[in-house]
Amino acid sequence: MNKNNCQLSTVNCHLISKSYGVVKALENISFEVEKGEIFGIIGPDGAGKTTLFRILTTLILADSGTATVDGRDVVKEYNEIRKHVGYMPGRFSLYQDLTVEENLDVFAKVFNTSIEENYHLIKDIYVQIEPFKKRRAGKLSGGMKQKLALCCALIHKPSVLFLDEPTTGVDPVSRKEFWEMLKRLKNEGITILVSTPYMDEAALCDRIALIQNGQFLKIETPENIVNQFAQELWTVKGVQMSKLLNDLRQYEHIRTCFAFGDTHHITLESNMSTVENLQDYLQTKGHLQVEIKPTKASIEDCFMELTFEKSESYD
Amino acid sequence: MKQFAAFVKKEFRHILRDHWTMIILLVLPILMVILFGYGISTEVKNTRFAVLDPSRDVVTQGIVNKLATSEYFILGDYLTSESQIEQCFTHSNYGLVLVFGNRFGEQIMDPDGVQIQLIADGSDPNTASILTTYASSLISLYAKELSKEDEKALLISPQVKLLFNPSMKNSFNTVPGIMGVIIILICALMTSVSLTREKEHGTMEVLLVSPMRPFLIIFSKMIPYFCISLVNLSTILLLSHYMLGVPIVGSFGLVVLISLIYIFVSLALGLFISTVAEKQIVALLISGAGLMLPVVYLSGMMFPLESMPVALQWFANIIPAKWFIIAMRNVMIKGLGITSVLREIIILVGMGSLIVFASIKRFKIRLE
Repeated sequence: MNKNNCQLSTVNCHLISKSYGVVKALENISFEVEKGEIFGIIGPDGAGKTTLFRILTTLILADSGTATVDGRDVVKEYNEIRKHVGYMPGRFSLYQDLTVEENLDVFAKVFNTSIEENYHLIKDIYVQIEPFKKRRAGKLSGGMKQKLALCCALIHKPSVLFLDEPTTGVDPVSRKEFWEMLKRLKNEGITILVSTPYMDEAALCDRIALIQNGQFLKIETPENIVNQFAQELWTVKGVQMSKLLNDLRQYEHIRTCFAFGDTHHITLESNMSTVENLQDYLQTKGHLQVEIKPTKASIEDCFMELTFEKSESYD
Repeated sequence: MKQFAAFVKKEFRHILRDHWTMIILLVLPILMVILFGYGISTEVKNTRFAVLDPSRDVVTQGIVNKLATSEYFILGDYLTSESQIEQCFTHSNYGLVLVFGNRFGEQIMDPDGVQIQLIADGSDPNTASILTTYASSLISLYAKELSKEDEKALLISPQVKLLFNPSMKNSFNTVPGIMGVIIILICALMTSVSLTREKEHGTMEVLLVSPMRPFLIIFSKMIPYFCISLVNLSTILLLSHYMLGVPIVGSFGLVVLISLIYIFVSLALGLFISTVAEKQIVALLISGAGLMLPVVYLSGMMFPLESMPVALQWFANIIPAKWFIIAMRNVMIKGLGITSVLREIIILVGMGSLIVFASIKRFKIRLE
């Protein structure tokens, strides 16, 4: 990375805001993405991920703030940007009545290139859908559609790739494969901006931005985000899990508590209560065989924690 | 250029793979020609007529033949007495009875002339008046021919006077109007959904983030529909000529040229609608219902513009169909040359260019 320091970052966003009526979709978003980085934007539905992608791909205009992609202004130099970026919208946006091959061909030619010219870029992905190249895109499965869409977005060897929720609605195996492909594309020197609602995918990015209600909560490497988790985190497991969740939430010294797979993750107001106190409390509530163990925070825990801190600071 | 060609190919694929739309686009003009052609026509064809002819001479025979060989009448029975006349209308479906006097052929030499009686069913006054008018004009025609042979002025006076001449012109005049309406409706319908479909399917989002320029997108959408329109133009012209019997008096090349310009204007209009509308259904409503009324009422196709309020006459000037119909009537029916339709051609080309220009300007380069 050190030799990139003097270079302009590939994507540069400065105080971008965007509202739809009274709804603030984005509020003062600022960040930079280095060349050849996989930058993840992680957040729930409606957090503003798609709006941000559309502003950066020159599809909509921000109300305020500036942004550059590849050193070009997203408003003034939109034509240049459109030649050099690859964009895969969240919704499947290829021609359903054209075959796999025809779709790829159209997008190659629209970008003044050919399938052969950049075949090496898409080869690993395309071989998986090649057996179905005569099939119409509308008749592909979810995972194959996403692979085709990625091929179409890649066929002109973009310098920056924008992937808006590429793995939503895709089975776990295909998701894993998809991320492996992104790693290979990164090695080709392509900068990748990817958004996802899945926290487990965050760990696969070089850096991530956690987004909630149009605001970035934090921008960090996944490791640092996890390491910076300042609370003591506990998993709680019992027999009646849903009653347990309710009772935990009613506990007076509980800080945060949410369901996490087959356990509940909690943090306590540590100066007010200990795990032993909690154990006693749960026993009086009739919970038997309650297991409380310390655990290491995941990205999702960090996200919840940051959301919690944000709401606390408002109150 | 490769970019453009690929995009045109893609558009052709969209159209050719959508079988139902394809069928509708190709069959609709046929249905419309038949519907409008026969629906609007005020002509009465193949009407059976009976004859009461006590004279039975060369002249009466000539008149009967004249009627029978026209496309409007079919000769039925010869009657033997006047009492049968009423039965012709009550018991058989005759539209007209021709009654000659005695010694008709001799009386024709009289300086006072000779009279012939045309009896039609008055319960349907419209048809009756049309039939008697047709018959009268045919009889006059026969009298003229006879006069030429004898070089004498002969007078056969039918009792209905000829006020206008629908028999010769009516059907022919409506055909350019029908063409004007069909072409603009179908062309605009086709292209109006083309861009909106991309918007609805989300493909516009991907297309915008590409080097594809708006004018290339617009022209590439026009080309396949232009080809379909050529097929439609051929069917319309063939049907008009062979089914409705419209002669192409003027230059065929000029007829095609004017039609091509008009098709271009219509396709452009559809594309303009497409740049404005966000949903296919809206585009369809605008191009279907929104265009239908002004085109049918203000193009001069059915109602003469001269009798309309000045404001409407002025408004009619922006309707391309008006100029197309004027030009087509001049070339197709009257057989006039290019100089007589130069004004219309210039106006249509101007309109087309303006609409294309507006479409490119209106084309949204972003999503909002």
